[in-house]
Amino acid sequence: MSDKVQAGGAPEAAGPDPAVPGTAGAPEAASSQTTGPAAAQPEAAKPVTTVQPKATEIVTTAAPGTVTAPGGPGRPRGALTGNVIIQSVIQGSPVAVTLLAIFAALVIGGILIVVSDPVVLRAWDSFGYAPGAAFSATWNSVAAAYSAMFEGAIFSPSTISSAFHGGSIAAIFYPLSLTVFAATPLILTGLSVGIAFRVGLFNIGAQSQFIGGSIVAAWLGFAYNMPAVIHVVVCVLGALAGGVVMGWLVGALKARTGAHEVILTIMLNYVMYYLLLYLLSTPRALQQPHQNNQIAPTVKPSAYLWHVGGPPPQANAGFLIALAAAAVVAWLMSRSTLGFQFRTVGANPSAAKTAGIKVERVWVVVMAIAGGLAGLAALPVVLGGGIPPPPLTTSTFGTYGIQGITVALLGRAKPSGIVLAALLFGALDTGGTAMAAATPVPADIVQVLQGLIVLFVAAPPLIRAVFRLRSASGGMEIAGKGWSG
Amino acid sequence: MTTLAAVRLPATAASRRYLAAGTFIVLGVIDIALFGLNAHAGDAVFALSVSGAGVHVPSIHVAAGPACFVLGAISIGAGVLRVVTDPSPRVKRTTIGVALVAFVLTLLCWADAGNSVGSLNVILLLQGTMLAAIPLVLGALSGCLCERSGVINIAIEGQLICGAFAGAAFSSLFSGLWWGVIAGALAGGLVGALLAVFAIKYRVDQIIVGVVITTLALGLTNYLYDRVMSVYSNTLNTGNFFGTTKIPLLGDIPVIGPIFFDSSVFLYMTYGLIILIQVGLFYTRWGLRVRAVGEHPTAADTVGIKVLWTRYRNVILGGMVAGLGGAYLTVGSVGTFTPGMSNGFGYIGLAAMIFGRWTPLGSVAAALLFGFSKQLGYVLGLLNVPVPTEILSMTPYLATILAVAGLVGRVRPPAADGKPYVKS
Repeated sequence: MSDKVQAGGAPEAAGPDPAVPGTAGAPEAASSQTTGPAAAQPEAAKPVTTVQPKATEIVTTAAPGTVTAPGGPGRPRGALTGNVIIQSVIQGSPVAVTLLAIFAALVIGGILIVVSDPVVLRAWDSFGYAPGAAFSATWNSVAAAYSAMFEGAIFSPSTISSAFHGGSIAAIFYPLSLTVFAATPLILTGLSVGIAFRVGLFNIGAQSQFIGGSIVAAWLGFAYNMPAVIHVVVCVLGALAGGVVMGWLVGALKARTGAHEVILTIMLNYVMYYLLLYLLSTPRALQQPHQNNQIAPTVKPSAYLWHVGGPPPQANAGFLIALAAAAVVAWLMSRSTLGFQFRTVGANPSAAKTAGIKVERVWVVVMAIAGGLAGLAALPVVLGGGIPPPPLTTSTFGTYGIQGITVALLGRAKPSGIVLAALLFGALDTGGTAMAAATPVPADIVQVLQGLIVLFVAAPPLIRAVFRLRSASGGMEIAGKGWSG
Repeated sequence: MTTLAAVRLPATAASRRYLAAGTFIVLGVIDIALFGLNAHAGDAVFALSVSGAGVHVPSIHVAAGPACFVLGAISIGAGVLRVVTDPSPRVKRTTIGVALVAFVLTLLCWADAGNSVGSLNVILLLQGTMLAAIPLVLGALSGCLCERSGVINIAIEGQLICGAFAGAAFSSLFSGLWWGVIAGALAGGLVGALLAVFAIKYRVDQIIVGVVITTLALGLTNYLYDRVMSVYSNTLNTGNFFGTTKIPLLGDIPVIGPIFFDSSVFLYMTYGLIILIQVGLFYTRWGLRVRAVGEHPTAADTVGIKVLWTRYRNVILGGMVAGLGGAYLTVGSVGTFTPGMSNGFGYIGLAAMIFGRWTPLGSVAAALLFGFSKQLGYVLGLLNVPVPTEILSMTPYLATILAVAGLVGRVRPPAADGKPYVKS
């Protein structure tokens, strides 16, 4: 139903009915503006300028009740806090849309858990005799899975009671340290994908850049003896360089030849995978001596990242690197000239070119930065994650690259959002492992949940339709430009 | 196409000329210096018939060293031709083919000459190539159907894996292989429909939604496999698959018969789909309308073509074609489903489609190239050839990078590809 209104698009937004600008609102028009620049129609700017003020009004109404809704029934000023929350949910602020997306994904995931649970299905078979048993079996199945997930990822009440009875206090924080450990690489790959998004590039190659960083970091870590702190710094710089080279390659090829970065990055993912495989099966390269398997030697103790928590794996200094990287990216995007150029190119490459920004150079620079970030993501995994850290193998890169995309989408390509999204995904991953250990539900359900969350967040009209929200804000401000962009 | 590239990036045309020529000359030098000089004395033997064939075709014997020198010289000649003259596009494409074929032949001569393990069977190599190319061809055809109507289909991988899962599950459940084929196609169509709804109705960025749907499809099949299929593998993953079916008469032709007409049913279905889609897209009213929607939806709408309906239909059809490719992975080749068995074939299919410039026949050629390099690695591994198979496996991806970077000329997608249509 909301679709119909959107199809009408911007002109209706000028209508007197307050509900209409609410439904057809600005981000929709804004996204059409970001999608459109290749066509570069001057008219495209017009509807945006007419709608934009409305959007800001809506946003201000969502903020602590100061202004009344535009044209709506006059609400008293200084509304209650509860009212504000309800308002922001109904108006569909980005946070509310994200939370509802998570909720919807959990509901669908719950349904999936239930319909694949033989115990529940048997209970429903005898629904006629014992309807209560069917409902309780359903509830138990879902509750057991999700609570095991929560206890594995956030905290488990049993650790608190055992701490009172002479147990370890550190054990309370163990699940959290696991979550942080799992989230650390995701923050960095998420930032990598996110910063490229802001320039309008789609970096599917975080995996290849991760592999590039991991090869260099692992090699520096096991092949050389260095003083403790210096060794870590050298490895950090090495991982950065390994990633930068991979990212730069994509940017340079795109800038020089016009090749599409999506194809380049997908192909480089495979190239780097086979390169890693080759290096790991070549004794004089990365393969552990006297080994037939594809495994690298363990890194030297001097290269271990400083860590906290345990038993392993535990949160390590990589998390601080990730947070620092997020802060740097935030500063770069909002306060620096380079960031301004990035955002301009992202909003409209043609306009940026007209304004004298060297678009090709911006592509190269942003891909190099994105590559460097994804290269850094290899650090917590290669130099951390246990004592000694597990050596580099062909499965070390895992799914961090692909998950980086979903993290960046969920975090709306903003550094703070990416950190939160990565923590959520890290918690889901950690919780999924714990759930698989405690219940018969396989950990793969987490991948489904993550996919669903991002799918819902990526389609705000859908989540608005499901929950009957009015506003159009909370949309995804990320839009690619097809192959020709 | 070339003029368009010249307007946008003036440097590319010239640099491409030297890039291509340089690549050919380097390949020629490798042919001579690496393979020719290092070849063992003696003949390379290429077997041209499989055991049990009706007519026995004698094997070909080639003196390895001299053959490498001649082929290397031809490759260098192609490079020189490319620099000195500015040939027509047709000749350009021929030179690429000549250089590649020369390279592969010298590699084979070098690998086979004096090999103690056995001689290289060309028939088996090409048979394997055709089979390895099936999922890639179907994935690429799916891409053609979707993208010609203006919707980027990067979810081919997801359609393949769902097709594979449904193929295994339903063929086992109804104990009929054709049920698996139908279910695979329908499952792929379902994923296509999901993509269509998000891309067309909700106008989410199509590359984003494609990646997310692929993640979701992989996660869902992994979950269902662990939770249901592996538990009830006796009823849901029995592992039956189609054997080879020989087409009468055609299958008896020496050399060609065993390669093209004594193979999987899926290969014959693929032949049909290639012809159907190539003819359909370029020689029928239906195809003209599809391409109009993909190039200029506003104009198409003006003359009364239903843009959104065309896109929905094509994306779902494309999903079904890719789902069929997924069904091949299970009921067509190995029978049982294993998680993540699509193994990136969808992305290679996508690359093949771009390599093939968004045309069915071009995609098929590119997919065959990918299939060949995969099979070549396998065959060389059997012969115990000291070529790192990892590097060999890397070549199709490097070739795609070279291709999109301009070796085969600038590729141009349909003009409205990836752009949601909003009626104004």
